Order: sequence, then C-alpha cells, then structure tokens
Amino acid sequence: MESIIKMSNIRKVYDTGKVKVEALKGIDLDVRAGEMLAIVGPSGSGKSTLMNLLGCLDTPSDGIYELGGENVGGVTRDQLAEIRNRRVGFVFQNFNLLPHISALENVELPLLFGGVAPKERRARAAELLERVGLGDRAEHKPTELSGGQMQRVAIARALAMDPDIVLADEPTGNLDTSSGTDIMSIFTDLWKSGRTLIIITHDPALAKRASRIVEIRDGRITSDHRNEEAA
Amino acid sequence: MRKDIHIITSLFASSGQLQKKRALLTIASIAWGTVAILLLLAFGEGLKRQLDKNRRAMGENIAVLWPGETSKAWKGMPPGRRIRPRVEDVDFVRDRMPELRSVIGEVVSWRTAITYERKTINGRVNGVSYEYGEARKHYPERGGRWLSPEDDKQRRRVAFLGDEMKTDLFGKDVNPVGKTILINNAPYVVIGVMQHKTQMGAYQGPDAQHACIPISTFKAQFGRDRLQNMLLETKRPEDMEGALKKFNGIMGPKFGYDPEDDRAFGTWNTVKTSKVTMMIAIGIEMFLGIVGALTLLIGGVGVANIMFAVIKERTREIGVKMALGAKARWIIWPFVLEALLYTFIGGALGIMIATLIAAAATFLPVESNEVMSFLGRPTLSPQIGMATSMILGLIGLLAGYFPARRAARVDPAATLRYE
Repeated sequence: MESIIKMSNIRKVYDTGKVKVEALKGIDLDVRAGEMLAIVGPSGSGKSTLMNLLGCLDTPSDGIYELGGENVGGVTRDQLAEIRNRRVGFVFQNFNLLPHISALENVELPLLFGGVAPKERRARAAELLERVGLGDRAEHKPTELSGGQMQRVAIARALAMDPDIVLADEPTGNLDTSSGTDIMSIFTDLWKSGRTLIIITHDPALAKRASRIVEIRDGRITSDHRNEEAA
Repeated sequence: MRKDIHIITSLFASSGQLQKKRALLTIASIAWGTVAILLLLAFGEGLKRQLDKNRRAMGENIAVLWPGETSKAWKGMPPGRRIRPRVEDVDFVRDRMPELRSVIGEVVSWRTAITYERKTINGRVNGVSYEYGEARKHYPERGGRWLSPEDDKQRRRVAFLGDEMKTDLFGKDVNPVGKTILINNAPYVVIGVMQHKTQMGAYQGPDAQHACIPISTFKAQFGRDRLQNMLLETKRPEDMEGALKKFNGIMGPKFGYDPEDDRAFGTWNTVKTSKVTMMIAIGIEMFLGIVGALTLLIGGVGVANIMFAVIKERTREIGVKMALGAKARWIIWPFVLEALLYTFIGGALGIMIATLIAAAATFLPVESNEVMSFLGRPTLSPQIGMATSMILGLIGLLAGYFPARRAARVDPAATLRYE
C-alpha cells in the first residue's frame, strides 16, 4: 500500500519569547493508506502537537511532512487551509459543531469551502448523515442533539470532502460508555471500508481497535507496533 | 471571485446575528451619528442659502462707485483734486457702456424732514434712476409700485418708502399708498412700500430706512445734481472686473484723472465681497460637517467595538471554520458585511429621522424672527445625503474590516485545543 503520510525528523519548537519548548524532538512516521492508527501517550507527551501537524493546523519547525504526496512545508496560510479542506477530516473531542446552524448545514460547510455547488452539497451532506444514522435529524440544531449524535454529525462532516485521512482527537472523551462504543464501531466500519484513520486517544478500549498503535513520550515515538487483535 | 462571493454570502447568511439588545444599541449609535451629521450639515446649508439670499438683498452683480479725490498726478495736474460727477454723467456712461445691464445715479439728502399729518421724522431721501428698483431689489408690497420712467421724465412728486420708514411715519396698520407726505414741506404721493428683506450689505444705511424719489424730481427740489453714487450692474458676475476698468477708462479722460487711480472713485465691488461671504459660509458648513462626521465616527467606533466583542465570542467558531478549510477572506468578509448591515440600518434610520426633523423645520417662521432671518432654515440637499452615505459606508467598512482582520489571525490549533 502507498504511503499517505510521510514524516521525517519532524521537530516543533514553541518559542514564547522567554523560553523555547521543544514539543516534538524528531518524529519519523509513515502511515499507509487503509491503516487505523492510534496515537497514545500521557498528557504533555506531544500528542496534540503531532495532531496539529498531521492535520496541517500548524507547520513543523524542522523536518519534512508529505501528506498524500504533497509537501506541506513552506505554503501560505490559505494554501494550508485548502490542503486541510481536501485532505483532512477532523473529529474533535468536543465536537466543534457550529451551534446556530443545522446538522445538515454543518456537514455542508467543508463542501462550501471546497467549492461544491449548492445542490450537490445538500445531497452529499444528506447522504452522509444517512450513513451515520442521522437522516431524520438533518434539520436539528446541534444543541437539540445528544453527545453521541453530535459526534456522528462531526464524523459525517469529516467525511464530506472524501479526505485522505480522518483525524480524530479523543473522539470518545466527552461521551458516555454506550455512545462511545457506537462511535468506536463507526470508526471500525470506516476502517473496514478502506479509510485511513488516525486517532489520538487515552482510551485503551479505542486504542485496542486500531490496527497499529504508536506511543509517544516526551516528544519522541517510544513504541510503534501492529495490533493483531484489531477487530 | 464568483466562488468567493458565493461562499462569503452563504457564510454571512448562516452566521449567527447579534443579540437583540446589542444590535439595537449599535444601530442606535449609528442612527444618532447620522442624525447629528445630517442636521449639522442641514443647518450649514440653511445658513449658506440664507446668507446668499441676504447678500443678494442688496443687489447682484452691482458695484457702487462714489466720487473721491485723485491720488495721482495726471497730465500736469496735482493729486488731491475732487471728482464731481453730475446726474447727466449717468447718461454719458450708459451711452459708452451699452453692455451693462444698467447704469444708475444716486443723489442723497440726509436728515430730511418728512411729515405725515402731525408726525415728522428726519430721514434719508434718495433721488435715484428708474433702474435702481430692480438692481437694488426694491420690490413693492402688494398694492404699491416702484418708480416708473414716466415719473422721472415728468418730475413727478412721488415717493417709494422703505418698510421701516413707513412704519415710523404711518404706524403698522395704515396703508400709505396714495397718501400725501411732505418732504422738506413739498407734497409727495406715496406710490409704494418696499417688501421687507433681510439685508446684509449696505452703504449709507439700510434700504428699509430711506425714501426714494425720481432723480429728476430730486434735482428740481433740492437744486443739487452732484452724484453721491453711481451704480454699475453687469449681466454676469465675471464681467464686473472689466466693467470697472472700462468705467475708469471713460471717466478718467473726462474728469482728468489717471484711469489707474483707484481713489478717484471709491469702489465697492459686491461680486468680490459676495465671493468672500460664500467662502465663509462654505467654511462654516465644512466645520459643521467635520463635527458631524466626528460624531458619526463615534458611532463607528461603537460598531467596531461590538465587532471585536463578537469576534472574541466566536473565536472557536472561527477556528472550526479554518480547520475545515476556510481561507482568511472567507472569515473576514462576512464580518465586514455584518458591520455594514448594522451601519446601513442605523444610517437609514438616521436619514429618516433627520429628514423628518428637516421637514418640521420648514414650519419655522424665518422671515419674522430676527435670529432665524440670519440663520435660515435647516435644509437637506441631495449632496448632503450623498456625502453622509459615503461617510457611513466608509465607517461601516472600517468598523468591520479591522476587527475581522484580527479574526482571520486566529490560530485554529490554539482555539481547538482547549475547552
């Protein structure tokens, strides 16, 4: 399988003016299409920083990052926004849906930024909501949905532009056990249908479902192994 | 570009609007500023128009020339000689300057006894040519008339009274037309009373306080034909400069003075002075406009302030949109549109209120009130509306753009990381 993500010797230094904090101290990571990767590690290990870099929300201080064969270094903010739009689907711990627009409009948002025509946008968003089991909730505002439902809307939104990777940051962190299990099943289904997923998590139950587990500690990868138990 | 516009309008349409109270206050501050600038400008415009009207009350495109003494030696004659034109010199000038609208002679008798029945006042009597009435805006009140060429030809004993002199002599309620008064004990029939006017410029005294009689009658009764003044009236204001030059070119040789000598005839060129008046009026209007614009600017600062607060509240939302692939301009312009919307609503409201107030001002009694007759009526003109709209648009744009630019600098990673 081809590599979707190629990171070599990635460093990230936060310069607050007085102190320089090195959050990532040289990360080499290669993710192939169709993998379900779990990134685990204690707080302050550099997980979030890695997620920001993987999701093109931030750029590395040093090293080379290629996403889908495209070098992400040295591009403008607008170009980076375009890369995010096309190649990355985000799922956040706190859902991050826009509260004043409907579930359907939330799913449409990446399509709007991607320049998809209104009719097609609507149809595609409706279809995605159907797929995550929320076809009947399309016109509801996020505040009228449960946590699990909100996260499903977020997953539909992440898939809207058919991205190279789906990047999930503690997707079950704000959910009760049963909703969490639902979400995990959706991720597993996505993986089985060939999607590339990267999940950052504390949750051992979620990590266990991944095909590969990467552990970070203190800005370095300390372990990287296949998970034979993957469902 | 079209894609950008589609995205921006879609985002604007789907973005959350302000809370009602906040929106109301923002709109009110803009409306207030708009009312302020409009009323100040309307006031300035009214003042300008009134000044213009008042200055024209003396006459338009006229120059007043009064004979003086020469200040330059000329053809062997020393300076300091008096120039003494006579009534017949009016015809002399008129024949040689046919391009003028009129040439007018004026002879004055100061502190003349004027009597009606048992009341006698000391007033000014002017012997004037027929054209004086039109040139110096001596319009008769209803029921009366101005002097006619016939009056002059036949040396009729007729008098046209200034409105204040009429009141002094007859009181308020008497119609004097047809009544006989005595001027230095000679009987005159009153033929008309001047319509009241607010007069800004005057020489010898206000027109309201004198009586006018035909210049031929004056010469016959007072035995004087030395001109006090000559008036030149041109057809267009720009002709005045040349006309005055030509006048001295004609009179110089006749009276033996250097045509370059500007002391032989003292000159009041009203075209020149009215230009100054208009400059002052425009200056006042600009000043009022600036004061109004500053008031409106405060409203704009209010909008900008609200937009900053809104952007701070919506930081997470902005971060989410950026994570999903929104470019900076797609973040900026919906906010600018929002600020423009508030400015537009407030501006429209302000224009409505100011128009109502200006409409109410048309009921103000301008003519009968002494202060108002100088200040004039606040007047809204299309130019004022245009200028205000442009200032409003600019303020809305700035009040939206600067806060929104800050929104576009939001770091999505930082926004999304924290609860």
